[in-house]
Amino acid sequence: MTDSTLVSTTINGDSIEFACPNDETLLDALRNRVGLTGVKEGCGTGDCGACSVTLDGRLVCSCLVLGVEASGREVGTVEGLTTNGELHPLQEKFIEHAALQCGVCTPGFLVAAKALLDKNPDPSETEIRYALAGNLCRCTGYDKIVRAVQATAKDMRKAKKKKG
Amino acid sequence: MASSSSSNVTGIGAPVRRKEDHRFITGKGRYTDDINQPGQTWGSFVRSPHAHAGIKSIDKSAALAVPGVVAVLDGKDLAADEIGGLICGWMIHSKDGSEMKAGAHPALALDTVRYVGDHVAIVIAETQGAAKDGAEAVVVDYDGRPAVIDLATAQKAAPVHEVSNDNTVYDWELGLKAETEAAFEKAAHIVSIDITNNRLVPNAMEPRAAIGCFDEGTGNYTLYTTSQNPHVARLILSAFIGIAPEHKLRVVAPDVGGGFGSKIFVYAEETVCVWAAKKVGRPVKWTCDRSEAFLSDCHGRDHISHAELAVSEDGKFLGLRVKTLANLGAYLSTFSSSVPTYLYGTLLSGQYAIPAIYVEVDGIYTHTAPVDAYRGAGRPEAAYLVERLVDRAAHQLGRDPAELRKQNFVREFPYETPVIMTYDIGDFDASLDRAMEMIDYKGFDARRAEAATRGKLRGIGISTYIEACGIAPSKAVGSLGAGVGLWESAEVRVNPTGSVEVLTGSHSHGQGHETTFAQVVSDKFGIPIEDVEIVHGDTDKVQFGMGTYGSRSGAVGMSALANACDKVTVKAKRIAAHLLEVPVDEVTLTDGVFAAVSTNETLAFGEVSLAAYMAHNLPEDGMEPGLAEKAFYDPENFTFPAGCHICEVEIDPETGVTRIANFVAVDDFGTVINPMIVEGQVHGGLAQGIGQALLEEGIYDKDSGQLITGSYMDYTMPRADDLPTYQVDMTITKCPSNPLGIKGCGEAGAIGSPPAVINAVAHAIGNDDIAMPATPQRVWRSLQESA
Repeated sequence: MTDSTLVSTTINGDSIEFACPNDETLLDALRNRVGLTGVKEGCGTGDCGACSVTLDGRLVCSCLVLGVEASGREVGTVEGLTTNGELHPLQEKFIEHAALQCGVCTPGFLVAAKALLDKNPDPSETEIRYALAGNLCRCTGYDKIVRAVQATAKDMRKAKKKKG
Repeated sequence: MASSSSSNVTGIGAPVRRKEDHRFITGKGRYTDDINQPGQTWGSFVRSPHAHAGIKSIDKSAALAVPGVVAVLDGKDLAADEIGGLICGWMIHSKDGSEMKAGAHPALALDTVRYVGDHVAIVIAETQGAAKDGAEAVVVDYDGRPAVIDLATAQKAAPVHEVSNDNTVYDWELGLKAETEAAFEKAAHIVSIDITNNRLVPNAMEPRAAIGCFDEGTGNYTLYTTSQNPHVARLILSAFIGIAPEHKLRVVAPDVGGGFGSKIFVYAEETVCVWAAKKVGRPVKWTCDRSEAFLSDCHGRDHISHAELAVSEDGKFLGLRVKTLANLGAYLSTFSSSVPTYLYGTLLSGQYAIPAIYVEVDGIYTHTAPVDAYRGAGRPEAAYLVERLVDRAAHQLGRDPAELRKQNFVREFPYETPVIMTYDIGDFDASLDRAMEMIDYKGFDARRAEAATRGKLRGIGISTYIEACGIAPSKAVGSLGAGVGLWESAEVRVNPTGSVEVLTGSHSHGQGHETTFAQVVSDKFGIPIEDVEIVHGDTDKVQFGMGTYGSRSGAVGMSALANACDKVTVKAKRIAAHLLEVPVDEVTLTDGVFAAVSTNETLAFGEVSLAAYMAHNLPEDGMEPGLAEKAFYDPENFTFPAGCHICEVEIDPETGVTRIANFVAVDDFGTVINPMIVEGQVHGGLAQGIGQALLEEGIYDKDSGQLITGSYMDYTMPRADDLPTYQVDMTITKCPSNPLGIKGCGEAGAIGSPPAVINAVAHAIGNDDIAMPATPQRVWRSLQESA
């Protein structure tokens, strides 16, 4: 049995402490220690993106990060997209466009798409396809996911314009 | 079609949003790996590193010394408890009438391992990490032996199983042998093709998982598992494998993350987990990692075929003969024997009137992972063969591929093929015409010329496919060797307040049944889908059902549901008539309201259901209280979805990279319950078909039998930047044999698209022999060789 470390971190804006075995991935820590099972293991080798989270705003595969590496940093998961029960525009558009089927890859796609839109509010279709190429989906053929991201970007730009 | 309410915004045909999506997009789905049990242990499997070896001994001592390891169990432990082997549930007979040769398939190998990844032992530990460490510490003394990997030569190699000297599981035939020979005698043209249908790895994004539990108090077992058909799993685990009597075993398939066929089958791991739970007195959980999935999920396709088409002087198809070698892997998986036979040979007439067809299929053992149903299951192999052959015929005869197809289309229905299918309805011209219009077939030459100015090679390819779904009349499949009936069940429970629970034997693992099944109820009763809950995937809750595969949930599962709803309506109308004091034939049900035509008096749906349960004032003819009905629906025929896919590609001759420039799919699925969901099913099928055509191939090393494509770095899954935007449309002829007119849509994309893509690539590069997958290397090499 390996030693554990007390990890103090921020997950989706909440300060959280948990004891994490030193050899446990952030993916397993989120699922098993923190109870956030939205993050999924699709391959464990960083090839499918189902475990995508943000670490200090940067998109990472949580299967390739150790749980202890989250110490003192900010982790963002799919569970953090919803604020006070209100869905993020990406979540709304994923439902509207039926951009998901079995739902296993969906949390990773949402986190990756949000990371894209945070950086690039007006991506072209090609940019969206490249940005999401690290995420595998076996159900949808990607078309509806691309449409949902495009529609979200459009709405968010409109909303920003109105505000600004 | 009996529709009660025309104004229904959530009924049949409405593109309503999916009810299940909220939990998925918020990360609240509950899949098997998200479930944990108190006191749970973890299992990890010791797997064979050899394609073929004897097991001389297994030394568990080092594994048992690993901290946290609870138990190490092997095949001898299974045998000591008289746990039976895994079974193949479809008996195929050879030409001489003999039964297929099924080798024993113990869930944990006894004395021989037969493919890389074959199961040898399970290590059970306090944590997943300890279980994996323990599995590495088990010392198995193997006696390595030569492996049979190459399908083409396997029949001349040493036997994989003693039951078959030449590795032939069966040599099966179908069709009209003499008539076909005669057709070839009088043919003006004979077109032939040698064709390989590449092995695929299903790769549902959720890896398989299982949790076995045993309750000492009741003696009951529970198995949580990633299954497309939990009742069938329970039946097999109980009646054939002998885990527990059927009523003492509960199988739960909660949210399941994609299946594509690979989760139909009963696998070694779930069998061992549920058995081991009693052994160690604690729940045993196992979650597959992706490497294990590549090695041990059943693979798909893997055919080598030679086919010939006899054609008259003026282009009429006269006869077709096909010889296929089908790789079934090292063991016969649950339904594997049926895939290259009755799900393949029966579709070789395609959309064409071919008076004489004869097909021979040899099912073959090799030291590779078992091969079984994968999205389309036999029908993609048939469509690929026929549509490549027809394209070659057009080429050879100097005919336009669309025109030659049209000349030979079946146009009168019902049409009985020489390969035991009776096509009930269709309009093949309509889908081809629409697809040609959408892709601007006439404008292709101009686009090709324009591409050439950019140094690109442009090609166009057509595929007009047919498939058989809704599988199928139980009596018919029984006569063909199926070990199960293929009906479906539904129970409709109307609650006293008028909300409805549906218990269906179908299982949703991405298809959106919680929405579409609710739409059928909404349509029948005129109540909103929010008032309908779909319950599935738990043998303790739902009556026996056959599960979801073969695009059958709409055609068969929803038919059962529609019939159960109709029974509810009959009873509810009798109650309403009694309360409204009018004859029953005067009562209508529209938009959730029962009305009496003569008096204009009405009762809400919930008022009638409440009356049914209050039972204070029911018709005085002995009517029982309550409002719940059940239906078991057995189809009269298969259904026949069909359509036309046209693909246009552009190839960079410098790199051999193929880009899909345009893809059009026009399908006939009969009645569409939710066009948005159906479109998604088409998209997903196309992605898998295009993946097969351009990227995916499961490859074993021919000598060592190691799986070369055993990870996402080696097996090319289609990604967002590999695939195009799809243009999808439908032409509809309603299925005449089921109450809703549904044909099924789950597999069509994967069936129709590979030949369209490869025909387009062949057209672009002028090489009709290009093999699938048309990888950049293969295309580039072809261009170099022809230069």
